[in-house]
Amino acid sequence: MDVALALAWLRASAGAVAAESDRLTRLDSAIGDGDHGVNLNRGFAAVVAALDGTPPDAVGAVFVKAGTTLISKVGGASGPLYGSALRALGKALPPGTEVELPALAGGLNAGLEAVRKLGGAEPGDKTIVDAYRPALDAFEEAVSGGADLAEAAAAAARAADEGARATTAMQARKGRASYLGERSVGHQDPGATSTALIFQALADVTG
Amino acid sequence: MKKFINDPADVVAEALAGIAAAHPGELRVHTTEQYIARADAPRPGKVALVSGGGSGHEPLHGGFVGAGMLDAACPGEVFTSPVPDQILAATKAVDGGAGVVHVVKNYTGDVMNFQLAAELAADEGITVESVLVDDDIAVEDSTWTAGRRGTGATLLVEKIAGARAEEGGKLGEVAAIGREVNTASASFAYALTAGTTPAAGRPGFDLPADEIEVGVGIHGEPGRRREKLRPAKELVRSALDAILEAKPVDRGDRVILLVNGLGGTPLLELYLVYGEVAKVLEERGITIARRLVGNYVTSLDMAGLSLTVTRVTDEMLRLWDAPVRTPGLRWGA
Repeated sequence: MDVALALAWLRASAGAVAAESDRLTRLDSAIGDGDHGVNLNRGFAAVVAALDGTPPDAVGAVFVKAGTTLISKVGGASGPLYGSALRALGKALPPGTEVELPALAGGLNAGLEAVRKLGGAEPGDKTIVDAYRPALDAFEEAVSGGADLAEAAAAAARAADEGARATTAMQARKGRASYLGERSVGHQDPGATSTALIFQALADVTG
Repeated sequence: MKKFINDPADVVAEALAGIAAAHPGELRVHTTEQYIARADAPRPGKVALVSGGGSGHEPLHGGFVGAGMLDAACPGEVFTSPVPDQILAATKAVDGGAGVVHVVKNYTGDVMNFQLAAELAADEGITVESVLVDDDIAVEDSTWTAGRRGTGATLLVEKIAGARAEEGGKLGEVAAIGREVNTASASFAYALTAGTTPAAGRPGFDLPADEIEVGVGIHGEPGRRREKLRPAKELVRSALDAILEAKPVDRGDRVILLVNGLGGTPLLELYLVYGEVAKVLEERGITIARRLVGNYVTSLDMAGLSLTVTRVTDEMLRLWDAPVRTPGLRWGA
């Protein structure tokens, strides 16, 4: 992955979040407070503006800048979670204008660890982790099997989407949805859904 | 959606400009970093109190900035916690060198953003103590949820800890009395209708005409369960049973009682409810030492109410009675 591809991924993520903003907000209305799409859209729009303003010259720096922007623009839980994930991804990458696949997999793993450390969520809690964990597993498996970035990203996107869909049957144990108890069952988690969008954006720009 | 707004995207910024215009000389509003501060802050040597959370809960928190209460408040977007940059800017602006107490309601987003801000403040040499408010006993406090929500008791924590800071309390003392008030408080809420966030443009949930949401929070989310609407005296008894079971208040104890509207309930109904609560507490030999009836910790235009009972000590009552001068709470000053 080079700087141009990293920028393309974040722009595609912003596009997907904008296109799906209303759907994310509807999912959040069911079990949260109905602002996930609005908030994430505001954050990613700011990410695109920040990257257009002064594009970083290293892959890692692209993600760090994007993460810092999300933290400072989104608020709620999704701002710190997505922002910390992107910052951790960027910081874990080796310096330079291009990174190899194994390093990218390591960076994605650091991003997931950041989410888990900040949010304390485990698989099955009906959160971002339920899409991110299977996506990362699929990505790493593809990479160790010799796949290229496009193939690995496609596998990750499929796994993230399946993971997001599987949250429908779960009872939320983290975040605002946890206050609903059993009433959270039957609704797909908005955070897992937006995570699936972001992995799909990676598949789109590499495929 | 029918609201007095211009553009849903500008609601928070324009409301901030309005509160500044309405309280000249008392409040300073920073529009770029979005926080409201006392005009006389920072005050050297005084422990500063900073709170914040999503907008849509007015007068919480911006309306409680002033002498005897908060030094600054950070309103986020509607029902969305403020961001760390905002909280850090407010914290730096009001720090008088004696440290800053963050009053944080227990919601995942608020907790994370205030935690990040406290770490950034520590990097800049400012000592921050956080007081977490989690008084809503409708939510089970277990490892399987995010823990009890912070609701009506936030006002009591901010008033009483604010008074302690105003009279010269040290950082640890101000935080300690805030935590003590939170521990002594329990709240329970009912909603008759959902509120409408300007960005979403429609009510947060649909509710049949004869049903209510029981155990709602203040973010437009549905409650713990749905029930048929019953007479107010029955709802009051149910809520007080839950409150007094969660936080035992014994015969002879004194309490501060908050009968709080969620934004869309008229005072006629809130006073009716106050009367019912007073009857039940009297039966149980509990003295309402002080009370507040009105819309203080709201959820936009949600029709509904919350009851908060705080078992008080002499010290808490003394601090409650201390002068306060803010847009939303004002006495003795």
